[in-house]
Amino acid sequence: MMLAVLISLMLLQGDFSAPLRSGRNDMSEVSGRNDTTSVIPSEAEESIDVAEIIFEHIGDEYEWHITEWKGKPVAIPLPCIVIEDGVHVFTLHHAAENGYTLNENGKLVNAVTGKRPIDISITKNVLSLMMSSLLLLVIVLLTARWYKRHDVLEQAPTGLAAAMEPLVMMVHNMAKENIGPDYKRYSPYLCMAFLWIILNNFLGILPFFPGGANLTGNIAITLVLALFTFFTVNLTGTKHYYKEIFAPDVPAFLKPIMPVIEVFSALMKPVSLTIRLFANMLAGHIMILSMVCIIFIMAKYGPLLSGGMTVVSVLFGVFLDALECLVAFIQAYVFTMLSSIYIGLARVKEE
Amino acid sequence: MNLVTPDFGLLFWMVVIFGIVFFLLAKFGFPIITDMVESRSAKIAQSLKDADEIEARMAAWKTEQAQMLETARREQAAILREATETKNKIVADAKEQARAEADKILAEAKLQIAAEKESALRDVRKEVALLSVQVAEKVLRHELSDEGSRRAFIDSLVDEAGKAPMQHT
Repeated sequence: MMLAVLISLMLLQGDFSAPLRSGRNDMSEVSGRNDTTSVIPSEAEESIDVAEIIFEHIGDEYEWHITEWKGKPVAIPLPCIVIEDGVHVFTLHHAAENGYTLNENGKLVNAVTGKRPIDISITKNVLSLMMSSLLLLVIVLLTARWYKRHDVLEQAPTGLAAAMEPLVMMVHNMAKENIGPDYKRYSPYLCMAFLWIILNNFLGILPFFPGGANLTGNIAITLVLALFTFFTVNLTGTKHYYKEIFAPDVPAFLKPIMPVIEVFSALMKPVSLTIRLFANMLAGHIMILSMVCIIFIMAKYGPLLSGGMTVVSVLFGVFLDALECLVAFIQAYVFTMLSSIYIGLARVKEE
Repeated sequence: MNLVTPDFGLLFWMVVIFGIVFFLLAKFGFPIITDMVESRSAKIAQSLKDADEIEARMAAWKTEQAQMLETARREQAAILREATETKNKIVADAKEQARAEADKILAEAKLQIAAEKESALRDVRKEVALLSVQVAEKVLRHELSDEGSRRAFIDSLVDEAGKAPMQHT
């Protein structure tokens, strides 16, 4: 198991850097495109801009671009909400009328001053976040309803409850093992984190509308998750935990150094949680997209070569999708496991 | 650097939405599920424990039963043996007693017979003595009817008497 995780991680990290580098080089070109309100120029039919395709899929945007139909983009328009001397709500098409434009990173800025307003637009990621959270809410509440309506001592769970019970209980038992006597306080948070991450990981693998947003591969999302864990750990730590950080029982010459190291390590825990989940999911998406892009890149090299490469990239794509399903579970599991271990470490009792 | 710069809007919405969903689920979702499943697990564990206990008790009962049977059988044998012994003893005692009684009766009978015999002999002797005195009287009267014979007799008696003390000394 560990070996498989390591290999998959190495694979992911190794391949992750290459497209990212090429992506950065072409960044200016990407943003240039975005300024022309994403109408694709005619020469795009000939040469495929891989970086643009990939970044469009893994990034965030102000409308949910689904496909091209007869040269016109098919997209779900989403409300842009900006706060700058009052709240402004508009769709991206009417940005100019409201005095906003997109900057080189594809973000809304004030057309006059060029400053970023407070931007709480319902972007593609936010909509996906809302939908997946609602889905999770419905699933778990329906499961809870089953347990409320049935005598669990007489009846085995059926349907949704039977599907959700092993997942919830896996996390619950993980909390029991890692946290100790007051695990019940933390179990709901860990269940929530695990189910939310795994649901969004799988939705991210899904290539079409309800899924397709790269939510768990977005650093803002993973940062919030990691901060939830960080505050849970550090706001409910025992006295002994703080004593070990600020006044550890070490030789005198280490006394001034240890708190610095301990505080740093406490701060690094959420950072590592953030980057692990974000990088793994992002890398997976980039790899799969790169595989798909190979088909279009090879199209101009003749039927034999492009046909051969299509077979290869489809096979690789299937393999990577399967790998992503594995990673989707593993990363959700690892995040939850580490969160529970951090909480367990903060619940130490004086011996 | 779009990728590694957290976007404020997304941060904001994530905190709000995740917070709300977490609040709702922590209140109405997960605890219900986990509590129910835990109570079921507890019940299953308890049932298993009970089943084990009952099994152990059954096994104990079985051995106890076997033991009881065994003791009963042993007791039965002992009682039978004792009864036989008692019977034999009673019979032996009775025989002994009967023999003793018989011996006693026999001894008494013998004594009585001996006494009877003695008294009979005494009577006979007395009778014989009386008869011989009467016979001797008759004989003497007949013999001492004349003088000569009387004299001769007295002389013989004197002789005898004279001889007799010498014999004694």
